[in-house]
Amino acid sequence: MHPDEINQVEKTLSVDLSLKKNGFTLQAKFSAPAKGITAIFGPSGCGKTTLLRAIAGLEKNVTGSSQFGDVDWIHSDIPTHKRNVGYVFQRSHLFSHLDVRKNLLYGVKRTDVNKRRIAFDDAVSLLGVEKLIDKSVDTLSGGERQRVAIARALLSGPELLLLDEPMAALDHQSKSEILPYLEKLHQALSIPMLYVSHATDEIARLADFIVLMENGTTYKHGPLLETVADISSPLAEQANAFSILEGECDTHSEKALLTSVNVDGNSFRIPYTSLDGEGVVRLRIVAKDVSICLDRPLRTSILNVLESTIVDIKDNEEKGQAVVKLTVGRQFLLARISLYSKQQLSLAVGDKVFAQIKAVALVR
Amino acid sequence: MLDDASISALLLTLKLAFLSTSILLVVSTPFAWWLTKTKWKGKGILEAMVALPLVLPPTVLGFYLLLALGPNGPLGSVLTTLGISSLNFTFAGLVIGSVIYSMPFVVQPLQHAFSQTDKRQMDAAATLGASPLDRFFSIAIPQVKRGYLTAGVLGFAHTLGEFGVVLMIGGNIPDETRVVSIAIYDHVESMEYSQAHYLSGTLLCISFVMLLITYMSQQKVKPS
Repeated sequence: MHPDEINQVEKTLSVDLSLKKNGFTLQAKFSAPAKGITAIFGPSGCGKTTLLRAIAGLEKNVTGSSQFGDVDWIHSDIPTHKRNVGYVFQRSHLFSHLDVRKNLLYGVKRTDVNKRRIAFDDAVSLLGVEKLIDKSVDTLSGGERQRVAIARALLSGPELLLLDEPMAALDHQSKSEILPYLEKLHQALSIPMLYVSHATDEIARLADFIVLMENGTTYKHGPLLETVADISSPLAEQANAFSILEGECDTHSEKALLTSVNVDGNSFRIPYTSLDGEGVVRLRIVAKDVSICLDRPLRTSILNVLESTIVDIKDNEEKGQAVVKLTVGRQFLLARISLYSKQQLSLAVGDKVFAQIKAVALVR
Repeated sequence: MLDDASISALLLTLKLAFLSTSILLVVSTPFAWWLTKTKWKGKGILEAMVALPLVLPPTVLGFYLLLALGPNGPLGSVLTTLGISSLNFTFAGLVIGSVIYSMPFVVQPLQHAFSQTDKRQMDAAATLGASPLDRFFSIAIPQVKRGYLTAGVLGFAHTLGEFGVVLMIGGNIPDETRVVSIAIYDHVESMEYSQAHYLSGTLLCISFVMLLITYMSQQKVKPS
């Protein structure tokens, strides 16, 4: 932790709320640090958006509490317009009767001067909307609309920014156009964000903290890296179970078309990418791309083979599979293997093995 | 050309239409909004009452208004205790009659327009710090401009053509209640066809041009 931050009282967002709506019940209980990006992750239709709307005060008949700092928004019955949250909707919802500039100014005009967190020109340049400013909103592309919507939300001086799958309605091209802006926000501003998504790549890239949801209920929350590597959670059972490792760029070898990333002393070789000047990078490794060998494979096309220790195993009899949690320095890697292999190799917790990793994705 | 009496009838009619429409737009705005938003099951009763002038013969409406506004009527007796004498056969009485008579032509387009407002843009406005009233004036109303144009024009044009109600509660007092439709009737009764022509033609043109502007303006904006 940075020395300046130690003396600051850590603000948190504590949510413990429930609501019933058209036969659907939402039960959410979690607390998250009021800094960085907290992802709310779960399959489509599990109630993520409803949860976010309830936090913003846009849903009726919400009971429980939603404490941000010293204020309980639900208990004190504070209406949306006094909650000091910014909200970025899946489909922008820009005001159709106003041009881009007036859309951006809408929130500015309604925010006390001393509560503003970012100057108009700074927000405009941070989101790269300078050239759009005098355009009518219906001439904008999906990605442009969303950037305007993010700038509009920032300009209302929010203490908490809520993002509801801001990229779900965009095509691949526009997505890769938005992501860098979201990362810039993360780095440039100290506004905490709740980020709803069902896309693992976005989460792996952006989130610091994660809240897991299913069927209207939050079932787990915690720091991203630990939480996704927890094999007892339903996330590890899913086909796309993954783990995330953080490391630093080691060496480049343009000739060999490889870049090496150092994760707690283990070297990961990935297809050549220029990472000069980048600090910590993240690697996402899908569990089914990791296999286990008892002896070091000597002649293999697989680039990344590391020595590791099994720390946990979870069997899934139904699918005939097992998820194995392995160490990588102080971090963890998940491997999905068949139950048959597990028995053949008689794998057990504490065993020293070799992990063969077929694919590594550099997410940031 | 139009004689003085006809011109004064025309001006009186325009004044009546302008006043009635203004009152209607102000009164109907919250009413139409409420009708759009309420989940109250009895709202059909109110909607049916507002729509009555569309189907009732204006003389029926005029007859009941005549009774209500008379010194012994429910409205008239209240007014009498307030020191206001009967409104029958006065311009004020005509305004009240017109407001009721033209109400469906203003309330219905507004209600339709409000039902099209984008709830999600209202939500976005709330998250940007706008109170419910602020959202109503800054988002809902500007977005239903065309609804207001339609409501205003229909209310105005319909008041211009009012006859039965005026006949029952207004009578035929020059500069007070003698509106164009009555004047035309008078001219025809007394075989002054040329004056009847001028007035009828003027009314026809005004009404047509107003409706034309409304419909043209709606067509232009639709494709977006």
